Amino acid sequence: MGILEVSNVNKRFGGLQALGDVNLDIAQGTVHAIIGPNGAGKSTLLNVLIGKLVPDTGTVMFDGKSVLGRKPYEINQMGISRVFQTPEIFGDLTVFENMLIPCFAKRDGTFRLHALESIASEKGIIEKAEQMLSDVAMIDKRGMTASSLSRGDKRRLEMAMCLVQEPKLLLLDEPTAGMARADTNNTIELLNHIHESRDITMVIIEHDMHVVFSLAKRITVLAQGSPLVEDTPENIKGHPKVKEAYLGEAAA
Amino acid sequence: MLGLSKKDTTFLVVVIFLTLMTPILLQPFPEGSVLAQFNAGYPDLMQRFAIYGIFAIGFNILFGLTGYLSFGHAAFLGVGSYSVVWMYKLLGYNVVPGLLLAVVTAGLFALLIGYISLRRSGIYFSILTLAFAQMSFNLAYSVLTPLTNGETGLQVYTDDPQILMGAGSPNSPHFFGIVMNESAKIDVGGWQFTFNNGYYFCAIIAIIVFYLSLRIFRSPFGIMLRAIKTNQTRMTYTGLNPRPYTLAAFVISGMYAGLAGGLLASMDPLAGAERMQWTASGEVVLMTILGGAGTLMGPILGAGFIKYFENIFSKINDDILHTWFAALPDGLEDAIVFMVHPFIGKGWSLTLGLLFMMVVIFLPGGLIEGGNRIWRLVTGRSRNRNTPGKDAQHHPKPTAHVN
Repeated sequence: MGILEVSNVNKRFGGLQALGDVNLDIAQGTVHAIIGPNGAGKSTLLNVLIGKLVPDTGTVMFDGKSVLGRKPYEINQMGISRVFQTPEIFGDLTVFENMLIPCFAKRDGTFRLHALESIASEKGIIEKAEQMLSDVAMIDKRGMTASSLSRGDKRRLEMAMCLVQEPKLLLLDEPTAGMARADTNNTIELLNHIHESRDITMVIIEHDMHVVFSLAKRITVLAQGSPLVEDTPENIKGHPKVKEAYLGEAAA
Repeated sequence: MLGLSKKDTTFLVVVIFLTLMTPILLQPFPEGSVLAQFNAGYPDLMQRFAIYGIFAIGFNILFGLTGYLSFGHAAFLGVGSYSVVWMYKLLGYNVVPGLLLAVVTAGLFALLIGYISLRRSGIYFSILTLAFAQMSFNLAYSVLTPLTNGETGLQVYTDDPQILMGAGSPNSPHFFGIVMNESAKIDVGGWQFTFNNGYYFCAIIAIIVFYLSLRIFRSPFGIMLRAIKTNQTRMTYTGLNPRPYTLAAFVISGMYAGLAGGLLASMDPLAGAERMQWTASGEVVLMTILGGAGTLMGPILGAGFIKYFENIFSKINDDILHTWFAALPDGLEDAIVFMVHPFIGKGWSLTLGLLFMMVVIFLPGGLIEGGNRIWRLVTGRSRNRNTPGKDAQHHPKPTAHVN
C-alpha cells in the first residue's frame, strides 16, 4: 500500500471524459512520473490530487486519509506541496520573506493572528529559513525582491519554499517547462539531490522525456484520460504501446 | 525598545516629536503677515490632521497591505461618531466610554460587512463595501431616525439622562476633567501658538495607534497580509487560508475608522449621517494613495495634505489674489487672477485633483516616494540603501504597491 492511492477516478467535462478509471498506487519514497501526450488528462489528474477539482467518482487517499472535498490549504497541511508550471512565488516580497511564510504556515497552521509579535524574535523560524536558503545556495540573494530573480532562481525558490515545509509528497507540474537546457539540467540535479537527501515522495508531470528518464523510478503513461501502462523507465522506453500513443505512428 | 528594531524606534521617536510639536511647526508665519493665512496651527484643523491620520493609518492596514480596496470605510467612521454621542446622551460628557463603544461597535460592524464582502475580491469587493456603506448612510439618514436623529444629526439635549453627570462636570466633551475645546495660547514675538487639549488628546491616541500599526507591519501577520496581495495561489498552496487574514485586517481597519469617527464626535459633540456618505469613503482612499499606500507614513501625509487643501486653499478668494498681484499692471493682474481663480476658493478640489493625478502618474509610490527621490538626490545615496522614513527593508520597490 502506497502513500498516495488513486482508485477508479472518473472526471467528465461535459461530453469529454477527462479521466476514465484512473488507478494509481504511488509508493512511499519513490519518484513517480506521469507522462502522456497533450490532452491525456495529466493536469486534470494533478488538480484532483491537490483538491482543486473534485472527481465524479472514485477516491484519492493520501497517507490513509481521503483528500477529496478538502481545500488546497488543508491538503497542504496534510503534507502535500505543489510546484507549479510557472513558478508561483510572492513576487513583491523579498526572498527571505518568501521563505518565512511556509515556515510560519508549517508551525502555526492555516491561520494565526500574530499581529503584535515581532519577526525578529522568531529565532527558530529565521534559522530554519536561512538554513533552507543556504541549502539551495540562495542565501546571498535573501534581500532581493523575488520578482527580480531569474526564472531558474524563481523555480529554485519555489522548490525551497515547498521543501522547508518538509512535505511527505511533492507534486511537480512540468518543473522544467520553458527552461533552457542548462537550467533544465540544474533542476534535474537539484531534484535528484532533494530526493536522495530528504527521502521525499515525488510525483512529476512532465513532457520532456530527458527529464523523465533522468528522474523517475516509475512511470505511468496516460492516454485519453486512462493509464496505458505503468512500469520502470527501462521498460517504458521500448514499450510499443507507449511509442504508438506518445510518439505517433511514424516512430512506431 | 518596545519590541521594535533600532531603526523603527528612531522612526517612532521622530514621529512622536513631530506630532507633539505640530502646533509650533504648522505656524511658520507670524500673525498679521500676508502669509499668515497659510498657517495651519489652529485647533480645528490640527485635530482633523490627527483624526484623519488615524483613519488613513487604519485604512492602510487593509488596502496598503492586502490590496483589498474598501469603498465603504466611512460607514465605520459614522458608527464611531454615533456611539460616542449616544454615550454623551446616556452617561455624560466623558469621552472614554464612548470611544470604547465606538471601537467595539465599529469592529462588530466590520466583522459583519467584511464576512460578506470578502467572499469576493477585486472590483466586486469594492462594490460590495460601497453598497454596504450607502445602505448604512440611507438607514442613518431616514429609516433609523430614532437611533440617529435622521437629517438633523444626533446631538445632546438638556433632557437627556446623562446619569454620570455631576454638578461640577464640564458641559462639553472632556477626558476626566480635561476639556477638549480649551486651549492655551502663547504669543512669542509675532507668532501665536495654540496648544489645544483636544488636539493633544487626538495626537496621543494617534501615536499609540501608529505604534500599533508599526508593530502590525513588522509582524508575521503583516507579512501574511502582504503575501495575500502578491499571490493568493501560492498562499493557499502553502497551507494558509487567506480569508481569516483578510477578515482580521478588515476588522482592525474598521476599528481604526470607528476610533477616528469617535474622536470626531469627541471634538465636536455631533454626529450626522453625511459622515457615512461615499464621498467620505473615497476621501480616505485618496489620502492613502496620495501619500503612498503600503508605506507607514504615507497615509498620514496624504491625510494632512487633503485636509490642508480643504481648509486653507478653500479660503483664498479673488480679493486675496488681487492683493498678492497688486504690484503688477492692472490688465496683467486681472488676467492672472482670472487664470488662477478656478483653482482656489471653491475650486480647491480642482487643485487637489490635479495634484492627485500628477502623483499617480509620476510618483506611483505616492508623496513618500517623491520624498525619497528628493532625499536620494540630496544625499546622493544609492537606491538600495535604507533611507529614513522609508520602508526600505519591506518595500524595495514602492511602485509595486499601488495598483
